Amino acid sequence: MTTSTKTAKIDRLAELTAQNETTSGASLWREAFRRLKTNKMAIIGAAIIAVFIVMAIVGPWLAPHSATALTWKSEVLVNQGKFVDSPRGGNWFGLDHLGRDTFSRFLIGARQTLLVGVVSMLIGLIVGAVIGAASGAAATLGGRLGQKIDTVIMRVVDMMLALPSLLLAVSIAAVMGQSLTTVMIAVGVVQIPIFARLLRGSMLAQGSKDYVLAAQSLGIRKRRIVVTNILPNSLSPVIVQATLSLATAIIEAAALSYLGLGNPDPAVPEWGVMLSQAQRFFEHAPMMAVYPAVGIIITALGFTLLGEAMREALDPKLRG
Amino acid sequence: MLRLVIRRLLQLIPTLLGLSVLLFLWLNRLPGGPASAILGERATEADVARINRALGLDQPVYVQYWRFLKRIAELDLGTSTQTGQPVWDEFTLRFPATVELSIAAMIIAVVVGVPLGYLAARKRGGWLDVASVSGSLVGICIPVFFLAMILRGIFSVELGIFPSYGRLSTGIDATSVTGLATLDGILTGEFDATWDAIMHLILPAITLASIPLAVIVRMTRASVLEVVGEDYIRTAVSKGLEQKVVRGRHILRNALLPVITAIGLLTGSLLSGAVLTESVFTFGGIGSFIRTAIDARDYPVLVGFIMFIAMIYVLINLLVDLAYSLIDPRVRVH
Repeated sequence: MTTSTKTAKIDRLAELTAQNETTSGASLWREAFRRLKTNKMAIIGAAIIAVFIVMAIVGPWLAPHSATALTWKSEVLVNQGKFVDSPRGGNWFGLDHLGRDTFSRFLIGARQTLLVGVVSMLIGLIVGAVIGAASGAAATLGGRLGQKIDTVIMRVVDMMLALPSLLLAVSIAAVMGQSLTTVMIAVGVVQIPIFARLLRGSMLAQGSKDYVLAAQSLGIRKRRIVVTNILPNSLSPVIVQATLSLATAIIEAAALSYLGLGNPDPAVPEWGVMLSQAQRFFEHAPMMAVYPAVGIIITALGFTLLGEAMREALDPKLRG
Repeated sequence: MLRLVIRRLLQLIPTLLGLSVLLFLWLNRLPGGPASAILGERATEADVARINRALGLDQPVYVQYWRFLKRIAELDLGTSTQTGQPVWDEFTLRFPATVELSIAAMIIAVVVGVPLGYLAARKRGGWLDVASVSGSLVGICIPVFFLAMILRGIFSVELGIFPSYGRLSTGIDATSVTGLATLDGILTGEFDATWDAIMHLILPAITLASIPLAVIVRMTRASVLEVVGEDYIRTAVSKGLEQKVVRGRHILRNALLPVITAIGLLTGSLLSGAVLTESVFTFGGIGSFIRTAIDARDYPVLVGFIMFIAMIYVLINLLVDLAYSLIDPRVRVH
């Protein structure tokens, strides 16, 4: 197939753990964790993620006002360009175009944003991992049939990778109509080929290692080696990718919302939806867009920082 | 070389066929089917049956698929439900704007990104390195449409330096030759039109450049760092070559190989960003058109668009592969 940065990046990640000298997954992770603890990027990333998760859990209870009540409706006159988008007493982030408290919506929206990110990442991870594991196992177990299965699966995966992800998500969402489920599925499906190719590559890299040969010469069946040794040892790159995918999932969900494919339910605020609603009033009330946007950027940054730091910790070449 | 081209072209066939199957299935899964998409929700059953017969939807699936393939091969992507014009014509009308925007964005990304990545790697750990690495991380995390909104809000609406929408100001009378507004002005000697077009292009191009710029900076930096550590660089230095020669001929040239691949492929993915960027600046390219097609549930346009970008994407992949085999002789051997 064609070379591409996307696939090259995935393949590089897939080979990482195989390049490490340790064979047991636990000690590899312990060593990686030790390196992570001294990495500033990782600490900042983890801190951001921690704050975000706490906010997603307790936010809806801490929110001082309702997300839907049009309490200050009379103060916002959209037609006359009168907005209250800057902080004031009682409304820390000001009001939105319907006179609702933006700070409360922001807090409540954190949970939805996390939910969209996690669910769509999990869709990609689970389906992708199953496909990747099947392909990797077929290739490792070998035989003409195994090779063939692997080739066919990877052709399909590469074809999916060849499409720009956002546009693929848009087309899925356009067919399924406007809802939260749509966004999660659309963003998730796009991640499937990435996880599939990654896990398969990682399994193949593990398959050529000495411990596999050792286990084989002890008389252990190859099928058993695949399940009990190769597969568990191949998972670290998948975990790294899952962290990075959370960032892209949140950004792409926001883009889908912006294109009018997000959750239409006003009772469940979500940062992407808040941002897309705010764009119409951007010239008069820019802050209304800035709060959810900054939330999205910082959260995505947190996951990216931690993911990149994990990749570095696992990559022998990048170690100083 | 010719054999390579032919082999690669043959490899495209299964990919495009697979895509067409996916798209065909997708079309058939549309809510209510194409008939109600055409007739609207208040169609009677007789109307639906008539349309289905007219469209050949009462035929077996494989016959329908064959027809679908034939139509695509003839570049017949159907008719837009919004404008009533053939989808292909709508695309070719708007495509130059998107091409112009993408090229401008790519020029910005390369001209800024490659030197920045190179300098960051040479002064590893310095302020420029830290700034460009963190800058590129933030660049990847900013939603493109938000960046567009911010730039437009500050530089067009508040400061009034750049026009806030469109490709040309009203009142500018430009002759269209290639469809690329900046180039047309130069060709016809209407330099005021070129200037106007450039002013319209700057903000959208900067917005669209943000992600490729971030990727190019990071890739150049990583690539230079890798090459600097190679044995042949040490050899070159120890045999007394001038620093300028080592840097230019040995480091930069080798480090740029993966970057060139990335640049080619990023051009394809610029299309995603273009949809978002164009719709903020109402730029009038394919991106803006798709935005309205999504709102209007204009399925023929959406399906046609996916087939269209898939073809472009696959073609760009092919060109990059070929370019790569020209630059790097090792690829040709395999």
